[in-house]
Amino acid sequence: MTERVAVIGVGQTHHKAKRDDVSIAGLVREAALRALDDAGLGWADIDAVVIGKAPDMFEGVMMPELYLAPALGAVGKPIFRVHTAGSVGGSTALVAAHLVTSGVHHRVLTVAFEKQSDSDAMWALSVLQPFSAPLLAGAGGYFAPHIRAYMHRSGAPRDIGMKVAVKDRLHALRNPYAHLHLADISLKMVEESIMLWDPLHYLESCPSSDGAAAMVLGSEKAAADAQAATGRRPAWVHGMAMRSEPTMFAGRDQINPRAGRECAADVYRQAGVTNPRQDFDCAEVYVPFSWYEPMWLENLGFCDQGDGWKLTEEGATFIDGGDIPWNCSGGVLSSNPIGASGMLRFLEVALQVRGEAGDHQVDGVRRALGQAYGGGSQFFAMWVLGTDRP
Amino acid sequence: MPTTPTPRLGHRPVAVVSFAQADNLRRESHRNEVETLMPVFAEAFGRVGVTKNDIDFICSGSTDYLVGGPFSFVSALDAIGVWPPRSESHVEMDAAWALYEAVVALQDDDVDAALVYGFGKSSLGQLDKIMALQLDPYVLAPLWPDPVSLAALQARALLDSGKATEDDFAAVAARSRKAALDNPKAQVAYDRSVADLLAEDYVVSPLRKHTLPPITDGAAAVVLAVGDQAWEWAERAGVRPAWITGIDHRVETHSLGARDLTTSPSTRKAAGVAGVADGGVDVAELHAPFAPQELILAEALGLAALGRNGNGVDVNPSGGPLAANPLMAGGLIRIGEAAARIMNGTADRAVAHATSGPALQQNLVAVLEGAS
Repeated sequence: MTERVAVIGVGQTHHKAKRDDVSIAGLVREAALRALDDAGLGWADIDAVVIGKAPDMFEGVMMPELYLAPALGAVGKPIFRVHTAGSVGGSTALVAAHLVTSGVHHRVLTVAFEKQSDSDAMWALSVLQPFSAPLLAGAGGYFAPHIRAYMHRSGAPRDIGMKVAVKDRLHALRNPYAHLHLADISLKMVEESIMLWDPLHYLESCPSSDGAAAMVLGSEKAAADAQAATGRRPAWVHGMAMRSEPTMFAGRDQINPRAGRECAADVYRQAGVTNPRQDFDCAEVYVPFSWYEPMWLENLGFCDQGDGWKLTEEGATFIDGGDIPWNCSGGVLSSNPIGASGMLRFLEVALQVRGEAGDHQVDGVRRALGQAYGGGSQFFAMWVLGTDRP
Repeated sequence: MPTTPTPRLGHRPVAVVSFAQADNLRRESHRNEVETLMPVFAEAFGRVGVTKNDIDFICSGSTDYLVGGPFSFVSALDAIGVWPPRSESHVEMDAAWALYEAVVALQDDDVDAALVYGFGKSSLGQLDKIMALQLDPYVLAPLWPDPVSLAALQARALLDSGKATEDDFAAVAARSRKAALDNPKAQVAYDRSVADLLAEDYVVSPLRKHTLPPITDGAAAVVLAVGDQAWEWAERAGVRPAWITGIDHRVETHSLGARDLTTSPSTRKAAGVAGVADGGVDVAELHAPFAPQELILAEALGLAALGRNGNGVDVNPSGGPLAANPLMAGGLIRIGEAAARIMNGTADRAVAHATSGPALQQNLVAVLEGAS
């Protein structure tokens, strides 16, 4: 027997290129306080804190949870630090959720952040390690060949990625927390932006952001109390899973990774989802480079293999008129505080399920998927949230 | 079959059924982290006759700052070969906390066995510089305080409080290094008198060399299993399961000036939640890298009152971190060493402790029991 768990509080910062008005502690507190306010709770109500972020070299602080413990109200409590590469924001939420489902705690604060302007992520990603394949030119340089392989395999037209880039930036215009607000975004503007890693133009890449995300996860009792106090309904966790596979070996499909397929199958089984495109009302999926939308549409089973780009092309993932809107918040393409980017996916589906997403709310969301991935497309974290208590 | 003890955390009883560690070396110059871990996994799995395919969840602890590059845990995964894909997680903490995450994950009905591991290769960099980066980046780290100096502040506070003397520090070191003579994995072991140790010069007053941990390259792994699975696997290895009946961790504030460095309230609180005082204790494995810290921890855990059968608690029979101190694995090794004593029947109830951060900022306490 395991306990139920729900999202009962949500908070995030306004994501920006530089938040030089706050320290790292100030940044995470901003998101955490908003989540506590949203749940109608104070620091004293929290049993434990679970914090996640991407590599410590992104800020130059080793194990920053030690320094952040008092800022997050954790003194005298457990504080736990997760690091699973780009998927970390999602994994962090899952570790926090397990502290509730296991019956250990009633209310857990989970926080993820990145303050990219404090250091240089491109440098931190490019440090050459002995006997390892160099990740030259950062993440985009690593993923571009996989994208070209996807285009070759699927026969997708060259403009699909640019369409994703436009769509997610149009979504971001409805999200006041998004980093990029490009009012005049167009296909032409994307196409005319500089080519970074063929076929990825500058505007097909995620930005570098400072930002933090926080959620309060609660047990059934905590959820009932929060709803009574705030009038806001909980978003129930219907399924959650993590999967990892090795970075490289002969025969690994880096374009459609098995770990992603199996992670999805696991959460769908838990949530009773048999047809993702029909059963979900929206999804927030980790798309740091435009072409990962069609690739993950296939990996997550929203369509047959080779058809992901067709959904993008026909507008199925657009909030206006699409039957399965993806990344209505603007996604990673519009805000990328790396360590928090995965948690933002998980948090945004909570907003959708609670009907609290404001201008980027999809009508009548009953069930939604949050996904995060990291490393060389090898670490996956997912959860399914719903309005109904499971 | 004896009765499985009821755990304080969760509802599914979890036991350590296998523990293995690499040789603890000042400088492992022939093997990288993956090559260090592979034989450790082979030993941990081999003892209970399982393979990676019998494991439902994997969790590790390490830090990028020892390697000097991002994602050091990613390549370490190659030591397992996570194929087909596995449910796997990582903490940027000592692997004792990875074990905590695994114990929580094992409360899920679909998860019956877990592999936990940690590794740290300190010889790759300069620890005195690296560890300073763990401090408040705005007001402390720019001063580059090294870990020995911070431990010296704590030791000085302890002396000033009248709770301990330099003789007491030396007695901890003498006892630990002597016990380490029986530990084939120990890096530093000797039989020297307290008077002999006190003849050493100060490294940073009041700490002399014997009060400091060695700098170590090492790694460790633990196999955990739930309920009947634990009984079955332990039986294959010819040992008893070491049931984790209680486990908790707590943190203190970061600012050294805001703490009473002579006490460890986080350890005391974790010990209360873990149920340390629910019974007598045969063995305690304490993650006290600096000798004076053992005295602080023993007091916080209340060990003086917890001896059994007329004996005092046997503290760090492995030699503890003064015998070998691989960062990010050292706390897990304390749990492994305590479990080993339960598994081989030389202890019935043991306490294991892990620490993180400057001057014992964060502490984890576990209680392990053999079913009688």
